[in-house]
Amino acid sequence: MSSGAIVLLALVAGVTVLGFLAARWGRGDLSNIEEWSLGGRRFGTFVSWFLLGGDLYTAYTFIAVPALVYGAGALGFFAVPYTATAYPIAFVVLVRFWNIARRRGYITAADFVRDRFGSRSLEICVALTSIVAAVPYIALQLVGMKSVFMQLGGTFAWHDGLLALTIAFIVLAAYTYTSGLRAPALIAFVKDTLIYVTVIAAAVVIPAKLGGWAHIFSVSAAVLAARPKPTSLYLQPSQYVAYATMALGSAMSLFIYPHSITSVLAAKSAEVIRRNAALLPIYSILLAMLALLGYCAVAAGIVSKDSTAIVPLLFARMFPDWFAGVAFAAIVIGALVPAAIMAIGAANLFVSNVFNEFSHVRPRGEARLAKLLTLAMCGCGLLIIFFVPVPYAIDFQLLGGALLLQIFPSLVLGLWTRWFQPGALVLGWACGIALSCAMMVASGFSANYTLHLFGFSLSAFIAIYALIVNLAVASLGTLALRRGSLALGTDGTVPGDYA
Amino acid sequence: MKGKRRWYLVLILPFVGTLFPAFYNRAEPALFGVPFFYWYQCLWVLLTPVMMGIVVLGTRERDDV
Repeated sequence: MSSGAIVLLALVAGVTVLGFLAARWGRGDLSNIEEWSLGGRRFGTFVSWFLLGGDLYTAYTFIAVPALVYGAGALGFFAVPYTATAYPIAFVVLVRFWNIARRRGYITAADFVRDRFGSRSLEICVALTSIVAAVPYIALQLVGMKSVFMQLGGTFAWHDGLLALTIAFIVLAAYTYTSGLRAPALIAFVKDTLIYVTVIAAAVVIPAKLGGWAHIFSVSAAVLAARPKPTSLYLQPSQYVAYATMALGSAMSLFIYPHSITSVLAAKSAEVIRRNAALLPIYSILLAMLALLGYCAVAAGIVSKDSTAIVPLLFARMFPDWFAGVAFAAIVIGALVPAAIMAIGAANLFVSNVFNEFSHVRPRGEARLAKLLTLAMCGCGLLIIFFVPVPYAIDFQLLGGALLLQIFPSLVLGLWTRWFQPGALVLGWACGIALSCAMMVASGFSANYTLHLFGFSLSAFIAIYALIVNLAVASLGTLALRRGSLALGTDGTVPGDYA
Repeated sequence: MKGKRRWYLVLILPFVGTLFPAFYNRAEPALFGVPFFYWYQCLWVLLTPVMMGIVVLGTRERDDV
């Protein structure tokens, strides 16, 4: 076994021990769903920083974004304006959401929607959408781990990495089951340290070895232009709208993912959220650096049919063997932590907002059911990567985001207004979901759809088309229902709850 | 309260700055060999937390710690 593989195994083993020990962190009865899934809502600025960062910087950042830059050039850099605009949105939306959630004791986003609009059907729509959207994001984490296992080869790569992935997920599921949110929160410290070390080393070593940034960009420009399907370091004017809508659509959906909501609700005060929203963009610098690794791989002459393999290939070529092991551990642990938080968030939604609507279980049973469901979520993610081929790994996240954005009117606009009729919101949601699915199929599971209209053609992110239709239907529906003077649902919240 | 809300308008700037690629989709002026398209967007990643910091300070309640 190579020294890199030994370093990787040692770090993952260390983190696993930490995951089980996390159950003892702070006092709490882990058979209570709030203690298990939200860490007892006691996390301060410091822990929340690592937890939220742990959530948001994942295999998406390490594998999927560089892969898109490697394959599609400038278009892949949309992830940078995405993370620059996500935090101002978070700042405004999440503080308001945290306030109302704490006052009313919500543990999920769907709890709020039910209370606000007095509608069980809307609650179930929101919960199911969030659960479904989390599955491809978990799948993306698995793709990231798989790319490392394939690079290591030998037993790791046995049956396309199936054995290694299964073991990784049994380990993940086991400590998530025992420790709940405390496990990923504690491991996030290790994960972020590894990520910082890796990215800083990469930023120093790789451009120097490749002859500097000017050289990397000029070689990349030549190589991208000479490909059978030429791309460029700059956008085509026809890509402007796609670029901006992918950034905006991703930014709008980032903080309504169940895993972000989970981490936000675990914070102990609204001020913690405000500070973190202001500080977290510092992480985005890492993201920009990682995106540019796509060009480093081009300049290093790395050729691979599978674009997710390029970062592991680059690390293996540029770093000494033992340090490549550290970098691989950063990718694997960086995928395990968010996958755990996502699975917890989704399980929480299912138990609180879907299952409990039909059958009330006692609090103790509730937590046990949520724990079992985390296992099911991980299993679904595993199935997806073996059975759903997408053009780029990042499409998993983008397509999940397109579906998720359809709950934006109920959840985010709902924080400010009750103007919409719940029935109209359900109808708008259904139209948005149907349109997203139709466009995904029509575009071959790529994130952008080209609309031909009156001789113009416009390529944009599916999520935004669907959201526009969703809002139009919800607004028209509301006007129609109001005219029919249908009784409004009851609002369980009062204005003072939001301040 | 109304005066404090005005601070939130600062948060519109990152959107204006980054969501119109037609304005920054070019090579020059390059910085340390990095084309404008790339370093300009990275600059916004640094400016955004500064702007949010301004809003945090501007809207802080007196009893906040």
